[in-house]
Amino acid sequence: MTNKTTIQMTLNGQLIQAEVEPRQHLVDFLREDQSLTGSHLGCEQGACGACTVKMNGQIVRGCLVLAVQADQATIETIEGISTSGKYQDLQKAFLQFNALQCGFCTSGMLLAATELIETNPQATRSQVREWISGNYCRCTGYQAIVDAICHVLEERLAHA
Amino acid sequence: MKAAAFNYEKVSNIAQALSLLKVHGDQAKLIAGGQSLLPALNMRLSAPQILIDLQGISELKKIEEEGQVIRIGAMVTHTQIENSALVLEKLPLLSQAVTHIAHRAIRNLGTWGGSIVYGDPAAEWPACAIALDGVMLIAGPNGQRRVAAKDFFQDLYTTDLGPDEIFLGTEFTMTALKSFHYFEELSRRHGDYAVTGLASQVEFDQGSISAIRLVYFSVAATPVLATKAQNLLQGKKPQDLQNKDLLAQVCALARAEVPTVADITNSATMKTHLVGVLLERALKAISLSI
Repeated sequence: MTNKTTIQMTLNGQLIQAEVEPRQHLVDFLREDQSLTGSHLGCEQGACGACTVKMNGQIVRGCLVLAVQADQATIETIEGISTSGKYQDLQKAFLQFNALQCGFCTSGMLLAATELIETNPQATRSQVREWISGNYCRCTGYQAIVDAICHVLEERLAHA
Repeated sequence: MKAAAFNYEKVSNIAQALSLLKVHGDQAKLIAGGQSLLPALNMRLSAPQILIDLQGISELKKIEEEGQVIRIGAMVTHTQIENSALVLEKLPLLSQAVTHIAHRAIRNLGTWGGSIVYGDPAAEWPACAIALDGVMLIAGPNGQRRVAAKDFFQDLYTTDLGPDEIFLGTEFTMTALKSFHYFEELSRRHGDYAVTGLASQVEFDQGSISAIRLVYFSVAATPVLATKAQNLLQGKKPQDLQNKDLLAQVCALARAEVPTVADITNSATMKTHLVGVLLERALKAISLSI
């Protein structure tokens, strides 16, 4: 006997309704109930950042938000951001600079980077490093990821 | 692993929250930002029967100025504090400390109140609240009460907040005196919990130190005020702090009076040493401040 409750949210631009148990966190809801497997689970404690998604315009740890807390919220995942084309330049830069190998951290890195680009478009390399220090990467050694983000910041400023 | 099952209620005001706490007692847990609670739930370190969600209580989400008093509501997020021009102007110690809290995604949801009532020894806000002489506002079944920040943190993860009470926020009274703040955390890697940290606020009256609060955190079960070191610094001028003998004396006092407890990677001896290191740095900064 479960205690499911109905929630509504705007998910990647679409209004959806679903039934969830209160204990189900947002990333499990996205991955398992909505088949949006672009967000990943690495630690389920908030440390690794692989689960980073956007809620009401801010990056959050999807494993540290309950799906019921996202009722009436606006949620964006990597799938939605990718489809929107809004950060095509960032995604291309990650490819160009070899900023991913296995790709497990990548969606979280991209989500984190979007908020930096939005809130601090003049971020220095040092600020980029500090900003993404909440996202773990086991493959690349981080330099390429920092290079990609810095490149995008430069390009966007140049064309501003 | 996944959290054990629980029920969930989102309340829209404090009275509702208090009423639910009364009904469910220790089977209930309040959820603010959830950034410390959800890891505990996910790892089954905590298994309440019901979560009471405070996100709907908008009156707790404000940073307000009323005359000489600034009030930070319990549900104010770390990011709100990070972005607040008012805090930067009037409580800059908090602006400096805030970027040491976890990472941005966690700061977007984590709250002032969550940090204060959780009472983690490595937390920044409890130490800063004491350094700024804050007063905690608490609501309970018998009305509201006030507790000085320095009396609020009692033991490991234990504050003065009763099981049937809700933390409302903290009030800071502004001084007309010239102020200076110092904040530093020492850790093995950037972003780690502090091995030892210091939050400090100084007030000058006509060029002399009229009040100084040195609050160490991550040293023991609760933040610790180095009161003897503070007393020795009372009345001194910034230039006096360049005197090597005075510095040695103050640091020796602080190292002797601040209790330190070993953690998983650092000995008590190491932490005591770092108490002195942090104080030297703070005093140097104060000596250059005017």
